[in-house]
Amino acid sequence: MKDIGIISYGSYIPRYRIKVDEIAKVWGKDGKTISQGLGIYEKTVPGIDQDTATISVEAARAALNRCNINPKDIGAIYIGSESHPYAVKPTGTIVGEAIGATPDLMVADYEFACKAGTAAIQSCTALAKADMIKYGLAIGADTSQAAPGDALEFSASAGGAAFIIGKEKVIATINQTLSYTTDTPDFWRRAERKYPAHGGRFTGAPAYFKHVTNAAKNLMEKANTKPEDYNYAVFHQPNGKFPVKVAKMLGFTMDQIKQGLMAPYIGNTYSGASLVGLASVLDVAKPGDRIFLTSYGSGAGSDSFDMTITKEISNLKRKNAPFLSQMVNDKEYVDYGTYAKLTDLLFWE
Amino acid sequence: MKSNVARFWREIPQRYNLIGNKCNSCKKVYFPPREACPYCRRKSYGKMEEIKLNGKGKILTYSIIHVGPEAFEKQVPYPVAIVELDEGPRITTQIVDCDIKDVKIDMKVESTFRKIQEDGYTGALYYGYKFRPLRNKK
Amino acid sequence: MREVAVIGIGLTKFGELWNKSFRQLITEAGSKAILDSGIEGKDIDAMYIGSMSSGRFIGQEHIGALVADASGFSHMHIPATRVEGACASGGLAVRQGYLSIVSGVNDVVVIGGIEKMNDVGGVSATETLATAADQEWEAFFGATFPALYAMIAKRHMHKYKTTKEQLAQVAVKNHANGAKNPNAQYRREIPIEMVLNASPVATPLGLFDCSPVSDGSAAIVMCAADIAKKYKDNPVKIIGSGQGSDTLPLHGRRDICTLDATVHAAKKAYKQANIKPSDVDLAEVHDCFTIAEICAIEDLGFVKKGEGGKAIDRKITTLDGTIPVNTSGGLKSKGHPVGATGVAQVVEIVQQLRGEADRRQVKNAKIGLAHNVGGSGATSVVHIMEAM
Repeated sequence: MKDIGIISYGSYIPRYRIKVDEIAKVWGKDGKTISQGLGIYEKTVPGIDQDTATISVEAARAALNRCNINPKDIGAIYIGSESHPYAVKPTGTIVGEAIGATPDLMVADYEFACKAGTAAIQSCTALAKADMIKYGLAIGADTSQAAPGDALEFSASAGGAAFIIGKEKVIATINQTLSYTTDTPDFWRRAERKYPAHGGRFTGAPAYFKHVTNAAKNLMEKANTKPEDYNYAVFHQPNGKFPVKVAKMLGFTMDQIKQGLMAPYIGNTYSGASLVGLASVLDVAKPGDRIFLTSYGSGAGSDSFDMTITKEISNLKRKNAPFLSQMVNDKEYVDYGTYAKLTDLLFWE
Repeated sequence: MKSNVARFWREIPQRYNLIGNKCNSCKKVYFPPREACPYCRRKSYGKMEEIKLNGKGKILTYSIIHVGPEAFEKQVPYPVAIVELDEGPRITTQIVDCDIKDVKIDMKVESTFRKIQEDGYTGALYYGYKFRPLRNKK
Repeated sequence: MREVAVIGIGLTKFGELWNKSFRQLITEAGSKAILDSGIEGKDIDAMYIGSMSSGRFIGQEHIGALVADASGFSHMHIPATRVEGACASGGLAVRQGYLSIVSGVNDVVVIGGIEKMNDVGGVSATETLATAADQEWEAFFGATFPALYAMIAKRHMHKYKTTKEQLAQVAVKNHANGAKNPNAQYRREIPIEMVLNASPVATPLGLFDCSPVSDGSAAIVMCAADIAKKYKDNPVKIIGSGQGSDTLPLHGRRDICTLDATVHAAKKAYKQANIKPSDVDLAEVHDCFTIAEICAIEDLGFVKKGEGGKAIDRKITTLDGTIPVNTSGGLKSKGHPVGATGVAQVVEIVQQLRGEADRRQVKNAKIGLAHNVGGSGATSVVHIMEAM
């Protein structure tokens, strides 16, 4: 698929932050120990007026600001999230309207835990390859919630990234993509429930590691590549430790993963996680760079990608939207009480 | 049954994309769009042209609201301002992404897409514009 | 053009009146006015009632008919019309009644203003008041009604260096006047520190910069000037009446610090009365917020634009100043049952011009002005009166 890939990209993380320390204090735990164990120091918190739709719009508009396409030429929008604002009424139509892509548009919302965004990229790629659309917009975004006092509270955060997929002026070709999927109940949220549940340590070896390593190995076999062939590797990052460990298991180095490793300072943006990591890489990538991306979604599955940066990236007006490094540093800390108000922890009817 | 949805749906082009219109006679820009230019009157009727405003402007005046309506209770205290957009029209809007003590008259701002209101826990969500300090695009 | 005189006035107490219903309030004010006027029920040609939002406050529309019925005039089938212009509803009702006499259709009319705001909770009352603003383009985005006037204040302070102290002095003066008004909601003087340290509502306005939520009613009887002395020895003539409109949202105005609707209404009234602003002896102006009084004395021409704050410092608008403003205590201290306010302002002016204002009496009061505003200035109505 030499000529199909990413035309432009954008990302967005909210400005509010809460430190792991601050959360730990409330629950009588030691923040330093937790940070060291998780590899996360602080996470993003959405404002009262922010949700998956607003984050998606920011990321999509950033992507559009960097290139010259006419939004009306976007033929499909797929947004993957675990926190769509409505259970019924797609986020995709709100975003479609906000970027001026309606009404000649295919839309449906996606869910597959943290890999719904990469699934959206796969669909857009296929539609573009089949010439059914000129451009597709794939977004992964979340304002993920965690039950108060649960381990996930230290990492569940908000953020997202958007990718315009097509055949013209491609900045990163998607050379190969495949998935590895099984029915594995490591982490889930029942319909109508507010917070997810998970299987504790079961979320490790039989879930994250099994699917990421299998998808990664299968992809490299299909693409006929080895870890050394890549300049950058991005993995799903539920914390700062899993991606480091799986990189090592597969033979990737810290140097390769560090640009795409955002979790330590923004937390786990769920459907946004690996995509925000990819956006971070695209902020600095140069023509010729090769990128390896493997996402992971509980339930469970991994989508793996082999991409190459083209000369066209020099023409992309990357400065027309904020870089992740800028957004990470544009922050305002909140205390636990404010965090509880912002994430609706105190709601009652 | 939830009422009000049609009323707010009609204004989506304005709230999401700042779509106003321009008088083809005197070129004055209006937001929200008008049926006719108040100054050119019947000369402009049927000849108003749709225009998308660029979302940049400056604060003319503002106030930090400490006693808010029910739908905005959780956001108190929050700034509202009258912003004069580059193209001329003025609007009333919330200012976000800055410390309330940093809001100033003449501050340059740009639009951003946010959730404005929720119709309770079961009703529709209404999105629209709020304004934040102009970010320097480096 | 036919002339009009006020021959009767009536007022209820303003305040949190749990024991009084909407009907009881309007009939109390109405009966007082009718008894004061010397007319009999059969003389009434029409009624005009000002009420901003009975629908949202008491779930009742069709107020004209309700008031005619509650007043006992249904069997006489007197035409009864409700007039609405947000907080200017009362003043507009006065003007509609006035116009109907000037036109020759009516000879004697009763005007009532009424609002019963306390039956709904405080949050609901403020949201209802906000319907005076632009629902789609101001209130929807989170602007409250006090925030609109607060933004006028902020700009006025920026452009003319008006200070919070000057705003506070308006409240202090009006409470000092209200302390002398037996019908006022608040009848206590307040120190300036109380105003300056009050909890913020919408900066720079605090709790004591804002008029309260009130129940109350006011009524007047007007008739053609040439038959006034038939009923009353000391009628008061309306020598000027003006009305103006402006954009609904504050952001649409030509100048945020000027209520052009007031300037326009006042000009019309002064022209008709053939007087200048400096001829006015006292004025009841629309001080829904302290800044509103400062803008009002500028827009009515008592002082130049921007000098309102300085005028307060120079104390020219106190009870013994050169142009006493809000001798009744204003909306701030007397209370602001929305629809009643515009009529109550006329009641105060008439009392003053008759020499019946007791401890609030302005010496040698010959010409008085009543100024009533709707919303953040989208409607304004001015009446100028002179003792006959």
